[in-house]
Amino acid sequence: MTFVQFLFYFFAAIQILAALRVITVRNPVHAALFLVLTFVSAACLWILMEAEFLGLLLVLVYVGAVMVLFLFVVMMLDVNIAEIREGFASYAPAALVVAVIMVIEMGMVLTHRIFNVRPPLEKASDVSNTEAIGRVMYTDYVYPFEIAAVVLLVAIIAAIALTLRRRPETKYQTPIEQIRVRRNDRVRLVKMKAEKKESGS
Amino acid sequence: MIPLTHFLVLGAILFSISVAGIFLNRKNIIVLLMCIELMLLAVNTNFIAFSHYLGDISGQVFVFFILTVAAAEAAIGLAILVVVFRNRRTINVQDLDEMKG
Repeated sequence: MTFVQFLFYFFAAIQILAALRVITVRNPVHAALFLVLTFVSAACLWILMEAEFLGLLLVLVYVGAVMVLFLFVVMMLDVNIAEIREGFASYAPAALVVAVIMVIEMGMVLTHRIFNVRPPLEKASDVSNTEAIGRVMYTDYVYPFEIAAVVLLVAIIAAIALTLRRRPETKYQTPIEQIRVRRNDRVRLVKMKAEKKESGS
Repeated sequence: MIPLTHFLVLGAILFSISVAGIFLNRKNIIVLLMCIELMLLAVNTNFIAFSHYLGDISGQVFVFFILTVAAAEAAIGLAILVVVFRNRRTINVQDLDEMKG
């Protein structure tokens, strides 16, 4: 067994065990942390397959942003774990049967000899992985690239619009009205006769 | 050298684990969202394996787009989750039956 094969089976084993813990662990915070472990192992596997850019992107975007978002939400919501867990054991046999049958079916298809592809011996290109992706993405795929940007913009606006709320009990300043105020709105001149000075004071 | 089949079977196992997770955690929306992320990860692993073994960089570009859409999906899903929790004080899927579906 070469070193590369050892690395592959090592990362694959960690990834599968972590994924199993994600779906069986009791506490959602622990599930999120095991999902982080799954993503990091997957990033290592991707780098093993010479997809360095996407491996780093997975760590940065998923572990750095999406999983932190998950952890924020899990910790912000006051979730009753015991109530959520009820019925867990009753679904377990069905889940096990479906999952095992799916693995067996896909294994039967995927071990067919048409998938027995020789890995490319010589490197496909002389540039780095990041540069190769960039060359394709900004030429052939520039239109989907811009659509992806629009998707992200829509996601930003939708997330803010969904969670923004006006609280009536909080006091706000309204700068528009503060600027627009005139002298007549605030000052009232009153004419009155001078009062007599009282004696003795 | 590692055969392509090993990567594909790894993706299949990961996908099946997340399907089992959707069965098991039917009441917990947070873990359901995590299982969907796991499914996308399995698909991305397959894309990258094919891209590497067939020597075609387009597969990795597709993974990039899938990552983009998955991040947007997670953000919107969690925003909806926060709004649901604020209105109903629960995230139990069985209690969310206002639409009588």
